[in-house]
Amino acid sequence: MSSFAAQKPVSLPVRRGVPAVEVRNLRKEFRRRDRRAGRFARRRMAALGGVTFTIERGECVAILGQNGSGKSTLVRLLSTLLINDGGEARIFGHDAFHDTRVIRQLVNRVSVEASFFKKMSASENLSYAARFYGMPPSKTRTEIPRILGAVGFPADRRREPMENLSRGMQQKVALARALLTSPVLLLLDEPTTGLDPRSKLEVQDFIRDVRATHDATILLCTHDMAEAETLADRIGLLDRGELLFLEPAADVKRRYGVETLEQAFFAATGRVFAEEDHADDEYRDVFG
Amino acid sequence: MTAIGATLRQELIGLGGIVERNVYLTKRYLLWDIAFMVWTIANTLTIVFIARAVHLPAAQENTLATKLLVGAVIWAFLGIIFEFVTETVAWERWEGTIEYTFMAPLSRSTHLFGMGTYAVLYGLIRATILFFAVAAFIGIHLPDANFGAALALLGIASVSFIGIGMMTSVLPLVSPEKGAQLGFVAQGMMLAVSGVYYPVSVMPGWMQAIAKISPATYALRGDRASIVNGAGLAWADVWPLLVIAVVAIPLGLMIFKRGERYAKKHGKLKRSG
Repeated sequence: MSSFAAQKPVSLPVRRGVPAVEVRNLRKEFRRRDRRAGRFARRRMAALGGVTFTIERGECVAILGQNGSGKSTLVRLLSTLLINDGGEARIFGHDAFHDTRVIRQLVNRVSVEASFFKKMSASENLSYAARFYGMPPSKTRTEIPRILGAVGFPADRRREPMENLSRGMQQKVALARALLTSPVLLLLDEPTTGLDPRSKLEVQDFIRDVRATHDATILLCTHDMAEAETLADRIGLLDRGELLFLEPAADVKRRYGVETLEQAFFAATGRVFAEEDHADDEYRDVFG
Repeated sequence: MTAIGATLRQELIGLGGIVERNVYLTKRYLLWDIAFMVWTIANTLTIVFIARAVHLPAAQENTLATKLLVGAVIWAFLGIIFEFVTETVAWERWEGTIEYTFMAPLSRSTHLFGMGTYAVLYGLIRATILFFAVAAFIGIHLPDANFGAALALLGIASVSFIGIGMMTSVLPLVSPEKGAQLGFVAQGMMLAVSGVYYPVSVMPGWMQAIAKISPATYALRGDRASIVNGAGLAWADVWPLLVIAVVAIPLGLMIFKRGERYAKKHGKLKRSG
């Protein structure tokens, strides 16, 4: 596999001597309709209920959680797509809710949905995304083929509309889009969900390669425990908006006296990881 | 390069990116655009044929047909601008790209201006094709027309139209399901008070008062004068458009930013609709 190291270092406003991510008592609530209380009644539901953690530069941290646990809300808060209701988040020392322009230069994201203009080709979609980060045509002409090659995207399909590509191919282009802008913080929100086993392994290999060759800090949100354990230095468990722990997998198992992360989840929550009850449906409906 | 120079360069590259993306999309949807063009021509014919039905002397019929045609073309032009600027949110939400665009380090003003710039270029091409296609079909004679002045006035009016388009483009952020359609309500209301197919003087006094703050009033009046009588750019039409633009652009940006903040506060960026 090609390496990402060929990318030229870009001058980014990264402060030295501060954590890559510093989150303190971060809260986010959403209002939703409450039919039982009346036609126009609304009630507040906490998506994140006071989360605190730190990620050091170069670290890969995985946040585990079921659907609706608040993982995507956390990623959206860190990528300036949501405004918090309390607490604070700093990325390389910059306030995530006030220094948004700086944060946007530092962060990029890969989400579960590939999200592209379906009629446009991979090259066109990447070109459009790159312009927003100030990359002129003279640079994208060489960078786009290079980065697509690095993620294993076939050269002869670069000009095909995205709608003709498989989900695995689209996710490779999504990774290429995120890496093209040389982010120092990469937010991966269930990047392998819905992929076939082969594509999943390929994407996981890319993530390892990015860590090895690219100066990036990675926050990986997933509900795949094996993926978290194999990729991350530390593993956190987000359950109904609360971060129950964040430590190396071995420490988690030792703390709960168990052999697997599934057992640790059960020990921490009293529920089986795959079990999603009615209350979880309500969370999933609101927080995605 | 200074920090300001680097930021300016990045913004200009971003603006070019938006125009570039719209060129790609126009190429991909070209057949649909041609079909839409046919519909617009048919729709315009239904209006311009009214001039034939009133049985006026030939010269007066030609003048009436031209005035109706100018109204219909500006309606279509405005429709394109509103559609494109409103799609800043609606289309990206439909494709699922909106979060990636909104988390990019590009100022919202550049983003919206990029959409507006392409809308004006694309709208002018469509308006030109529409005008000459219908004029040829009906057999309108335009011996005195000053097309340069008409086009220049439309270009000046476009700045105000973009500002108002920015205000309506926020609607899909506030209401993902119905917001985009509400943009067309704003377009229809603006043209209704601006004398799209009739003189402003035939409307009730309160509508005439509103017409004074509508940029379409001056665009319609000036373009009719240029195409029917061959008049040049009239300062009486230009200065109100400049004043409205100076107010509409910052107001449009402010309203959009407030809408964006609302969407981010309530988690409405992602929702599809």
